[in-house]
Amino acid sequence: MSAQLPPSPTQTFQAYLQQGELWLQWCGRCAKQIFFPRTLCPHCGSRSLDWRRSSGQGTVYSTTTVRQRPERGGDYNVAIIELTEGARMLSRVEGIATHDIRIGMGVDAAIVQQGETRLVVFRPRQPQS
Amino acid sequence: MTEPSIRGAAAFVGTGLAGIGLAPGYSHLDLIGLAVQEALEDAGVKLAEVDGLFTANMANILPTLVVAEYLGIQPRVAVGTNTGGNSFVDHTLWAALALQAGLCKVALICYGSNQRTGKPTPPDAPPFEAAYNPREPISSYALAAARHMHVYGTTREQLASVAVAARRWAQLNPLAFAREPLTVADVLASRMICDPLSLLDCCLVTDGAGAVIMTRAERARDARRSPVYLLGCASEQTHRQISQMPDLTVTAAARSGPRAFAMARMTPKDIRVAQLYDAFTINVLLFLEDLGFCAKGAAGELATSGAIAPGGSLPVNTNGGGLSCVHPGMYGIFLLIEAIEQLRGVAGERQVQGADTALVHGNGGLLSIQSTAILGTAATL
Repeated sequence: MSAQLPPSPTQTFQAYLQQGELWLQWCGRCAKQIFFPRTLCPHCGSRSLDWRRSSGQGTVYSTTTVRQRPERGGDYNVAIIELTEGARMLSRVEGIATHDIRIGMGVDAAIVQQGETRLVVFRPRQPQS
Repeated sequence: MTEPSIRGAAAFVGTGLAGIGLAPGYSHLDLIGLAVQEALEDAGVKLAEVDGLFTANMANILPTLVVAEYLGIQPRVAVGTNTGGNSFVDHTLWAALALQAGLCKVALICYGSNQRTGKPTPPDAPPFEAAYNPREPISSYALAAARHMHVYGTTREQLASVAVAARRWAQLNPLAFAREPLTVADVLASRMICDPLSLLDCCLVTDGAGAVIMTRAERARDARRSPVYLLGCASEQTHRQISQMPDLTVTAAARSGPRAFAMARMTPKDIRVAQLYDAFTINVLLFLEDLGFCAKGAAGELATSGAIAPGGSLPVNTNGGGLSCVHPGMYGIFLLIEAIEQLRGVAGERQVQGADTALVHGNGGLLSIQSTAILGTAATL
């Protein structure tokens, strides 16, 4: 049975992150973008899911500052990002003070190394020069 | 007592299997997804038609929420009874009863595990979220509060007025844990935990236990105390993790409430006292709106008007709530007990005069699942 199974959705997602790229699933039937990676579309139930590279562009849907003592690392951000392609993911916004992050702010994905894993974070969108 | 007649009432119409043997890299949820998809195809049923979910596993403390979120369904009947390996056999009985009663039309019973190839993980560490170190449950409720403030202009002062109302009720309840005077300024000045929720926007952490007994109505008539009747009850769910909640300003109470009211043949105007699961101040605002006690976005004003405090037109959390009375991890039983005491007329100084109807609203997970019950005295039957 295992021989018939392709790499799992999580393995595929992580493999792209290892290459420094954000790829997500899109449903081949209802065309919606999907996060987190799954074996079937949570919108229509289809198993026909395609991996595509995401633009990584999104906006802050909501944000909070988790307060933490400085000696433990200080305050940090937790945010929900809505990708322009539709899916939402929990993440954090970096490159800006957490108290300055606003709902509706434009952000772009970046892939960072955290310990042994690669992680998707977001940074404020830089104005086009 | 006769057994309910379920003979011939339900049938099995589809089956699916996945990952039999070895499925390296696949989570138990991935495998459930594949098996469910196969069973649906076999049955010729669409995923969206599944409105009853019966599931349990050893990885998830809240299995029906986790599995439903993965599948993308919002079942109106969700049974996660876990008694070990027999659970799914047991689930067939509850599925049949639910189908027979018309509570659901398509029941899904499912299970999956990667016990051979998977890494043992602590139960319920959300795999795509744990790395961001959310401080659950507070950070999820903070994200909902921030969104509500952004969309509706709700203020921290309005959130604080919920905590102040709860404290004023607690001062009338000798059993309440926190009874010292509390002002809006006190709440605003308390230590910030996850913006915009500060320490006094959060429930107590206490010990405590509660229990209730129910019998059939005809037996209850002969009981020592005036019976309090269950007039309606419904549960609805939307997600497990907050990032998957369709709209952070609208909870599934917007669906559980109308169903419970319809069963009770009542509307919000008929409710004399409400017990709303107040793990955080934002909960009360969300539930007042979603249950129809005020328009969407208007609960902040309702709370600051004094309506939910002692002497107000809609007494809420009359024991002092999870914010000021008691909150030992899971609070739901205490909502029921306070409603029953109010309807029996034995609530002492905090008694709402003439209370003959009560709404009890429970919340589970991270605003994930909402259960509304409507209780009434014999006069309301």
